[in-house]
Amino acid sequence: MNVRFLIRRFSQAAVLLAAISLFSFALVQVAPGDFFDQVRMNPRVSAQTVEGLRAEYGLDRSFPVRYGLWILSALRGEFGISLAYNAPVGNLLIPRARNTLLLTGTSTVLAWLLAIPIGVWSATNRRKFSRRSSELATSTLLTIPDLLLFLCVLLFAVRSGWFPSGGMHSAENEGHGLSQLKDVAWHLLLPSVALALATLPALVRHVRSAMIEVLESPFILAARSHGIPNFRLLFRFALPVAANPLISLFGFSVATMLSSSLLLEVILSWPGLGPLLVEATLNKDVYVVVGTVMLSAVFLIAGNLLADMLLFAADPRIRVE
Amino acid sequence: MTTSPVPVLEVRNLGKEYVQTQAFSRTRFTVRAFENINLAVRRGETLAIVGESGAGKSSLARCLALLESPSHGEILFEGESALDLPKRELFLMRRKTQLIFQNPTASLNPQFSAVEIIAEPLRIQRIGTSAQQHDRAIEMMELVGLSPDGGSKRPLEFSGGQRQRLVIARALTLEPNLLILDEALSNLDRGNQENILQLLDDLQAAHSLTYLHISHDLPLVSQFADEVAVMRSGRIVEHKATLELFTHPEHSYSRHLLGAMEQSEATWLGQSA
Repeated sequence: MNVRFLIRRFSQAAVLLAAISLFSFALVQVAPGDFFDQVRMNPRVSAQTVEGLRAEYGLDRSFPVRYGLWILSALRGEFGISLAYNAPVGNLLIPRARNTLLLTGTSTVLAWLLAIPIGVWSATNRRKFSRRSSELATSTLLTIPDLLLFLCVLLFAVRSGWFPSGGMHSAENEGHGLSQLKDVAWHLLLPSVALALATLPALVRHVRSAMIEVLESPFILAARSHGIPNFRLLFRFALPVAANPLISLFGFSVATMLSSSLLLEVILSWPGLGPLLVEATLNKDVYVVVGTVMLSAVFLIAGNLLADMLLFAADPRIRVE
Repeated sequence: MTTSPVPVLEVRNLGKEYVQTQAFSRTRFTVRAFENINLAVRRGETLAIVGESGAGKSSLARCLALLESPSHGEILFEGESALDLPKRELFLMRRKTQLIFQNPTASLNPQFSAVEIIAEPLRIQRIGTSAQQHDRAIEMMELVGLSPDGGSKRPLEFSGGQRQRLVIARALTLEPNLLILDEALSNLDRGNQENILQLLDDLQAAHSLTYLHISHDLPLVSQFADEVAVMRSGRIVEHKATLELFTHPEHSYSRHLLGAMEQSEATWLGQSA
């Protein structure tokens, strides 16, 4: 892999992250009120006490000073202090981010493992009932809003009782090793399927259209005139050529996956970044909000960077200087 | 040039119809690509099929390359029927005929190197070891006038004329008897057309290849065709030796095609014929 390419991409990512931090920090400042509004309503707490608390957490300082202090704390890995938890935001985010990554990672793998064969299959059967049915299924899934889909999944979990309806661990499960792993996998099943279903239709449609375009090329006809077996034609000949837009789409799919995941986590109470973000926003726990936004941005940038690197590895034309 | 009694390719009463369904309706109508085609090409000869676009030439080419099955009629390769073959025999039959397309860039898999492209038919047909396939590909590159040093280059690193040479090399790897050229020269400039024509001519002389050259460009293909068949709206309206057609065109459409040629080209062609 080309080192210069990597350095360029990483420095672009760093600049982007700095800009996002400034922007989200500024947006949070513009929002009216602060964390201590609730405390202020309490007649037994004096105004001086509230001001003292505000000063203690540095909320009375000017915007540039606070941003500067936050940058320093971010460099220490703390990303400010959570007002609600009274702990560094960094420590709060790490387990949450791990859970979100577990969920979105599983769903991404699941969605692509389903989308590629379904897309390829429906690109080849272009006049048949099978194609019509896959088209109907994808457009139905596409029109259902994520919120409704997730609520249906929750309803299904609660009514059927076959699956856990929320959380990541069973209350009674205190086991370690394999039994804990099985417990987490059991809780992961329904959320990851729901998330995969939410992104699946767009992926299937892209795979199909990319494949149809390639399958119309004369070089496919040439390979067929040499008597190539169908499976090899589709997966060894056509799919690698159709892969470029799909690899770029992979980075994009990580982004959609993350934003739907925030919603899903709240509905199915998956202990990821989603519930934390909602709670922090409602409480005006500013540094947690900024930290969560930053972390989502990091995931998004990392997803796109990964897609670019895959593209670089897959397509010889991009490597030509 | 030896003339074997059995033609390399014989086509009897061949026809092809496409059934189309209209959007949002059950109405079906048939589009007739071509009908009543009778042809025979002997070993080492070139038959040109000429006609304007929409005359059904490309559909015919696909049927003859066994990529689509005709609606009725017969296709015989060296006297053997090539239609309704069992899978295994169709697979072997594919070695006998190869198709060359109009757009050389689109005909080459952009992700394969030149050697991989030329060796691919051998790999698909499982002929020889991979070392033998590689050697054969290098040999083919030399045969079509490409430097073997470029073997690891990819199609986009070659020029247009070189790409068409690559396509020809790939088509010849399996040593087919019949080469179907579907507008194979149309995407090239005049100079490259001349070069590729010369190459095809040399290859034909050396390996007694049979060509079926499909084109809209009458002056170009008639330069080296032994016979010309003029096609219009899915039918062959006139079919005779090249010189004969030029001197005594019978059908009004043939005269129209000849009339469309530039006067200078006609004289120049008269000299070469």
